[in-house]
Amino acid sequence: MLAKKSTNLTFFLPDTSNSEGAIFFDSGISAGFPSPADDFKEERLSLDSELIKNKEATFFARVSGQSMIDAGLDDNDLLVIDRSLQPENDKIAVCFLDGEFTVKRLKVEKDGLWLLPANKNYKPIKISPENEFVIWGIVTNVIKKL
Amino acid sequence: MYALVDCNNFYASCERVFNPNLQGQPVAILSNNDGCVISRSDEAKTLGLPMGAPIFKWEAFCKQNNIHIFSSNYPLYGDMSSRVMSILKQFTPDVEVYSIDEAFLQFKGFQYYDFNDYGTQMRRRILKWTGIPTCVGIAPTKALSKVANKIARKFPNETNGVYVINSETKRIKALKWLKIEDVWGIGRRLAKRLKAKGCDTAFDFTQLSNDWVRKNFSITELKLKNDLEGVPSIQLDEVTNKRAIATTRSFEYTFSDIDNIKERVSTFATSCAEKLRKQQSSCYMILVTLSSDRHKKETQQHRTSKMVHLAYPTDSTLIISSQAVKAAISMFKSGIKYKRAGVIVMGLVPNNNYQLHLFEHENPKHKPLMLAIDKLNEKYKDYKIKLGNQDLERTWKMRQERLSLKYTTNINQIITVKC
Repeated sequence: MLAKKSTNLTFFLPDTSNSEGAIFFDSGISAGFPSPADDFKEERLSLDSELIKNKEATFFARVSGQSMIDAGLDDNDLLVIDRSLQPENDKIAVCFLDGEFTVKRLKVEKDGLWLLPANKNYKPIKISPENEFVIWGIVTNVIKKL
Repeated sequence: MYALVDCNNFYASCERVFNPNLQGQPVAILSNNDGCVISRSDEAKTLGLPMGAPIFKWEAFCKQNNIHIFSSNYPLYGDMSSRVMSILKQFTPDVEVYSIDEAFLQFKGFQYYDFNDYGTQMRRRILKWTGIPTCVGIAPTKALSKVANKIARKFPNETNGVYVINSETKRIKALKWLKIEDVWGIGRRLAKRLKAKGCDTAFDFTQLSNDWVRKNFSITELKLKNDLEGVPSIQLDEVTNKRAIATTRSFEYTFSDIDNIKERVSTFATSCAEKLRKQQSSCYMILVTLSSDRHKKETQQHRTSKMVHLAYPTDSTLIISSQAVKAAISMFKSGIKYKRAGVIVMGLVPNNNYQLHLFEHENPKHKPLMLAIDKLNEKYKDYKIKLGNQDLERTWKMRQERLSLKYTTNINQIITVKC
């Protein structure tokens, strides 16, 4: 388009009339039969959301030893630990006992707290005031490699 | 109301979560490259280990007093920090992450809450879920919440780690207790000037006239004064893009040749440029520093820095690196054993909003090139794409002789439980 003409310079304006291109419609026009599955779409399963209910409080640990074998905890298994859960009778917990991490079943008896193994070859441990003892977190899942 | 939640001795506390043996023991964490002490447990503080103590001078002291020393484990601290911050977001949507271990919270529409109780809940949840102890200060303004936090920290037995300033009496009592140099935002120089004026406490500062503060200092100090008076004047800053990005490191060895210095400066510049692109900013200025080993007094000392101003803002590694190296060459003196260098980019502007230069502009090829480099480095890790003046063999080799494990970010380093 001609904009201005002087004696030695001619100005033109760019032609912008056709710069938008074709407009693309994302929906509405389709040639084939619409997918009957579209209305029933669901998220694909995620193991993260299945195994981790509270991600801020979840930590992992590796099992070393055989004392919980009857409860399904083998050497080298991966434990999912949720620190936000309350320790309760019969729950399996990661505890810090006298300088090391251990995993056992909690048992509250009249005479106090016991840590029960799940293997006949191991003895239950009675927690006494002399022990340095903390319940670190509750085990929610065990992941094994086959 | 506002709250300041602050993790106690954060790095030391993180180490203790995964190593409960350290509970009650003195613990100290070293800076990158195991240079000096940057975090201490209360026990280490009581023993007299100072903040910033260069470890090579204090090694014997630590051994004598059985202080447990760790290299800094930022992957661990970063992960623990993000857990703490997202727990805080469960208590209010308005959270300003102020640093790796502290956050400001704003409570809008909470007038019927018992804040002492609410603060205690926050503390308990963070401690139970993550194992990190915190202190909580709650008050009508940001600056006062910082004061309340100081009180909670200073008197753990009386406050149980939570202190609320919710009356005029409490506010005045707190401000009279707080020394002027400990007020948030009052630096050493400012404190000196105020003391000369007879301001010894935060309370004295609030007694000055607004006009006088405005005239002799700046609007920032005036806002601070109003905030301390209980009038909310400092806003919650939710967008926390940094105002400067720095990469400064000590070298493993001392270098007295320009080639090694060039390589290091280029690598630091690359790291700065990458961080710039990550927060979608560009920089106008590059500050390059070089320094000799200041702990070796017998050798010739040289500490210097140079600022480079750019005609147009950039986030291109090519430009930042070449400018930084040029500055380093111009400062370099032969015969000096250099131990430390740094690249700091400043004058940051967001990429979507900056002034174009009339005559000069960045080579348009740089932007897509940087995008491609960032993508490749992200995909293949370990910085496979580097500049020609960076050492291709050298990976970031930090001295980390006492590093704990990456308990939360590496599946091969998680805790082991005896069974």
